[in-house]
Amino acid sequence: MTAETGIGARVKRKEDQRFLTGTGRYVDDLPLARATYAYFLRSPHAHARIKSIDTSKAKAMPGVVEIFTGKDTADAKMGGLICGWVVKDKHGQPHKAPPHPVMALDTVRYVGDTVAMVVANSHDEAKDAAEAIKVDYEVKPSNVDLAKALKGAPEVHAEAPGNLIYDWEIGVKADVDAAFAKAAHVTKLDIVNNRLIPNAMEPRAAAADYDRGTGNYTLWSTSQNPHVLRLILSAFVLGIPEHKLRVIAPDVGGGFGSKIFCYNEETMLTWAASRVGRPIKWTAERAESFMTDAHGRDHVTHAELALDKDGKFLGLKVDTIANMGAYLSTFSTAVPTYLYATLLAGQYTTPLIYANVKAALTHTAPVDAYRGAGRPEATFVIESIVSKAAKELKMDPAELRRKNFIPKEAFPYQTPVALQYDSGNYPPIIDEAMKIADYKGFEARRAEAKSRGKLRGIGFSSYIEACGLAPSQVIGQLGGGVGQWESAQIKFNPTGNVQILTGAHSHGQSHETTFAQIVSDKLGVPLEQIEVVHGDTATTPFGMGSYGSRSLAVGGSAIMKAADKVIAKGKKIAAHLMEASVADVVFENGVFKVAGTDKNVPLGQAVFAAYVPHNYPLQELEPGMDENAFYDPANFVYPAGTQICEVEVDPDTGTVEVIAHTAVDDFGNIINPMIVEGQVHGGIVQGVGQALLENAVYDKETGQLMSGSYMDYTMPRADDVPSFKLGYKVTPCPHNPLGVKGCGEAGAIAAPAAVMNAVHDALVPLGVTHVPMPATPLNVWQAIHGGK
Amino acid sequence: MYDFNYHRPKSLADAQAALKGKPEARPMSGGMTLIPTLKQRLAKPSDVVDLGGIKELAGIKVEGGGVTIGGMTKHYDVSVSPEVKSNIPALAQLAGHIGDPAVRNRGTMGGSVANNDPAADYPAAVVALNATVTTTAGKHSADSFFKGLFETALKDGELITSISFPKPEKAAYMKFPNPASRYAMVGVFVAKTKDGVRVAVTGAGPCVFRVKAMEDALSKNFSSAAIKDIKVPADGLNSDIHASAEYRAHLVGVMARRAVDAANK
Repeated sequence: MTAETGIGARVKRKEDQRFLTGTGRYVDDLPLARATYAYFLRSPHAHARIKSIDTSKAKAMPGVVEIFTGKDTADAKMGGLICGWVVKDKHGQPHKAPPHPVMALDTVRYVGDTVAMVVANSHDEAKDAAEAIKVDYEVKPSNVDLAKALKGAPEVHAEAPGNLIYDWEIGVKADVDAAFAKAAHVTKLDIVNNRLIPNAMEPRAAAADYDRGTGNYTLWSTSQNPHVLRLILSAFVLGIPEHKLRVIAPDVGGGFGSKIFCYNEETMLTWAASRVGRPIKWTAERAESFMTDAHGRDHVTHAELALDKDGKFLGLKVDTIANMGAYLSTFSTAVPTYLYATLLAGQYTTPLIYANVKAALTHTAPVDAYRGAGRPEATFVIESIVSKAAKELKMDPAELRRKNFIPKEAFPYQTPVALQYDSGNYPPIIDEAMKIADYKGFEARRAEAKSRGKLRGIGFSSYIEACGLAPSQVIGQLGGGVGQWESAQIKFNPTGNVQILTGAHSHGQSHETTFAQIVSDKLGVPLEQIEVVHGDTATTPFGMGSYGSRSLAVGGSAIMKAADKVIAKGKKIAAHLMEASVADVVFENGVFKVAGTDKNVPLGQAVFAAYVPHNYPLQELEPGMDENAFYDPANFVYPAGTQICEVEVDPDTGTVEVIAHTAVDDFGNIINPMIVEGQVHGGIVQGVGQALLENAVYDKETGQLMSGSYMDYTMPRADDVPSFKLGYKVTPCPHNPLGVKGCGEAGAIAAPAAVMNAVHDALVPLGVTHVPMPATPLNVWQAIHGGK
Repeated sequence: MYDFNYHRPKSLADAQAALKGKPEARPMSGGMTLIPTLKQRLAKPSDVVDLGGIKELAGIKVEGGGVTIGGMTKHYDVSVSPEVKSNIPALAQLAGHIGDPAVRNRGTMGGSVANNDPAADYPAAVVALNATVTTTAGKHSADSFFKGLFETALKDGELITSISFPKPEKAAYMKFPNPASRYAMVGVFVAKTKDGVRVAVTGAGPCVFRVKAMEDALSKNFSSAAIKDIKVPADGLNSDIHASAEYRAHLVGVMARRAVDAANK
């Protein structure tokens, strides 16, 4: 039984029955009696003072129930949205924390900022009324350009003079400078990590209801972490006690990080539900998603790598400006610091690293974690500069990497940027990737392409990530405002079937299958008798949700701990039933046995005895079989791998075609290879999207979002990518019970550098040394032709 | 979407009657532009007159040494039509690459030509093939039909009934799609007829235009080598986040040469 459905089995996804037959239940699908519909009036300006808002005409329109503005939230003394991670700057001072009102009070700070909320009997009536609201704006100068944000650009908040949120550093600059003084070669790199818009398939949505009989609130939200959302709303923003607020995140169609955060709209809905006295629903239109979902990436970086005469890395210096947007989103401050600069060692023994990160405000949508969150940016810096160094030194890019890899014997390996890598073995990964990609045959393929007028290039990206967030005490020391453990409950029913309740949340990760496989494997319960329950604060134990490739490494480990408790209790029950000593009972394939005898008690019989305890050691043991566990990891987990991308550039048009893309990953042990492949495929496509297609562009004069629809924001499509070639190497994680590392972000972390290195390699014959990302046809053509 | 009165007439006469005297009424063919515009509240017509019920407007006929295509003929039907494929394969190929399958099964030739989106494909074919646009008011030559950005010679209430394409000796269309929308960022239709060569460019400027220098060179020597040194000026071309005017001008040359090569195959 477990061979087909247990750990390592390619089990078809349990959730696909409903997803593929149209019976998933998303927030917008909720039938709520007497529901009203919210529509948010948003700022058309990047920066303006609100002189007045006149809602009188709108309030009189058909179907309008109520209209709220910032004044109503101020009158109600509503708290602002919070940034949950305090980053201390290089002088030890906490970052600047400008207020983030749920509705704009007297100033709007980006196109899309929330100005008024109309509640009406229908969506169209709410929208009609919003158009009738008269807002008198005094337009003020704005800045959307990150490169100018800290150079005297118009200020976004008075509380952050010069638009600086923090000036942070890691490493000792003088030591790194000394290493550079001894270098035989220094490679310099100036890059922009392009801004991305997450584009989950399901837009953000919320529905809120208030029961005046009990005083209980219910919020349905497209959240990746319903308990965290409830905690923030309760403790910081609305003051509704946690036990009176239930947050439900039902089926959620993708998040990629953008649904971690606590947003204005769901906050307003919850607050307004009690004032309106009817349920309120809201689903973002796609244009609103583009404008107001927290965006990702958006760094401007200068980096320098010092090497000795043999190509050994001596030191790395990185200066980065990170865009925060107009307000600090929930975890925004941590992304370019603890999830970015701490990764700058990559897979290498670089002994000295210094990074300076300045977080800056601009009149744009907030920027926060997006698939990979900091780690793609770090990988892009490291893997771009390493490939550039190889070119400058005329070394093979794989050889330069191999020369500097952390050797297998060095693990656990303490990097100079705080992290301690627990395990890994990098050389066999790159070897396998080169074999799969037929690196040896590349020059012949390049020559063949040239005969067709195409420029072929190959690019490497050897990434490391720290995920499985995270040891709570480390997070606390670094300024994080929450614990980062995960919870699980394994609840047997009397007839022997199982519910796994998890604090993680699945919005595409396939927990309902993977978690069930763990329990099936561990407890010998058939997969079809296991149900995974998640996403409801009223039914699941408090948990931290899903992001940072943490669900399996942390949530899966909690499930293992709970399963251990089930086995321990089951042994006592079985020992009683078999009249044996507990010490003699073993548990194998779902059956308790006494070694050396034919006595046995299947788990189901022990469970039944626990619920119908007629023959049961009630003096020593509680009835029931319902075990809880919380798991706080000892360290991050460190997936690593190498991607190799092969492209062809059409020099006449600047078009880049991805011909082949190989990924070899070490994710530790793998529960379901099919699901891992899906995660890697999706991640690579997002990475290729960043490298070649996607770019969030604001108009520098007006601050309008130019790439505000699919007409202008280029999402990757199936015909933009080839079939991928995947491989695995396994070094099990030594500190979690499953030996797993996490696979959700790896593809997106590694791919941009692999693709861009391939593009640069292809363009060497034309003397091109820099192509901005994304390498769109225009950018490539301009790089070839000197920037027209 | 704002409210409007919806009409679905069965005949051209009924459609004209439904539009008459209503300056804010809009005819709708496939609706592939109008419906998204309505959904985004960017248009507020008093009436929408859906031409989808008028059977006489759809269909493909071979006549007068060319192909005549009804205004309500869908892109998909053009792309698979044996008549079009055998007489003007470049036109069938163009139709097969408009939008996506859903768009091709709803969108119509007349709708696209009447809308005259600067990035639409059909205007390039109409101009390069020197087609004749027949409407409820008469006939328009290709060169007199397209007037500017979303502007045509059509008067209020005037509907395209059919478009007649003479059969060329050789023709091909090359499109460089906008990476996001996949509309033509630059599309070049080259057609060689007994009267000479016509080169029509869509996507690059505010409206479809001809490149006389290329036409003259190709009329003497129909090969891509003949136009390799002809530069299209960037002045007046579109510039946006996907392509500068200079890049579009460059692409016109590349796509024109590729179209000539394809036509010669």
